[in-house]
Amino acid sequence: MADQETNGSVAAETTRDVPVFVPPTDIIETESSLLMVLDVPGADPDSLDVTLDKRVLRIAARSASSHPEGCTLQHAEYRDGNYERSFVISEPVDAAKIEAVFKDGVLRLTLPKATPAPAAKIPVKAA
Amino acid sequence: MLAYQGNAGRWFDPLRQMRLMQQDMNRLMDSLRAPAPPEFPLINIWTGPDGAVITAEIPGVSPDDLEITVHQNTVTLRGQRVAEPVGEGDILHRRERVAGAFARSLVLPFRVDGDKAAAMFRNGLLRLDLPRPEADRPRKITVSRS
Repeated sequence: MADQETNGSVAAETTRDVPVFVPPTDIIETESSLLMVLDVPGADPDSLDVTLDKRVLRIAARSASSHPEGCTLQHAEYRDGNYERSFVISEPVDAAKIEAVFKDGVLRLTLPKATPAPAAKIPVKAA
Repeated sequence: MLAYQGNAGRWFDPLRQMRLMQQDMNRLMDSLRAPAPPEFPLINIWTGPDGAVITAEIPGVSPDDLEITVHQNTVTLRGQRVAEPVGEGDILHRRERVAGAFARSLVLPFRVDGDKAAAMFRNGLLRLDLPRPEADRPRKITVSRS
């Protein structure tokens, strides 16, 4: 049944009927770490979800409704929705030391590069 | 399955050439697809019983750097977004966030009571309450029977 095969190319759909946005991101690599800056305006800090699974870093957030009480919308340029984006991290990073700071609608992730294990010296016992 | 090595191979392979060309085209299209920087900030305009409410997505701007002025029926939003600094020796992989100074003016169909206007900034969202002055509001007229 060839027409039912997707090869995993079909993205999973969300259960909530809200748009999913890809947040614009700046990525800067410094000598010791990888800095990622994502714009997620209106995101609920409690709903922020950052996971690193093997090499895939996934960032997801839900935005709280910006609907003011008792008002009707007259003109709209943006919509409330979810944010989702995944990155494949090409370098080994220290997963335990990843820092995430959310401030003023900007999520800032610092991923320290994993330091290579120091060369181990193996003493040789002469028999 | 072995991964296909695009640039390996000893013989002239038309399929390989086509695949390489396709990759080049995709790369070209990818850069074309990047949308032109939209108007910043994006705003929604709401109307309520007291006047208008404006909500705007302004991530990464601290409230102190936002300048909001109200004059009669015109509201102006001004501010600046600082680009992420890239130090010497750092590598910039992606720069998708827009940066720079921005200003947006809105003309409302009524005057705004500047003393009662209020602004709130939370999680990158600005909420601006723009009430109409008391004297300017529509008045309800009761009809009496003669």
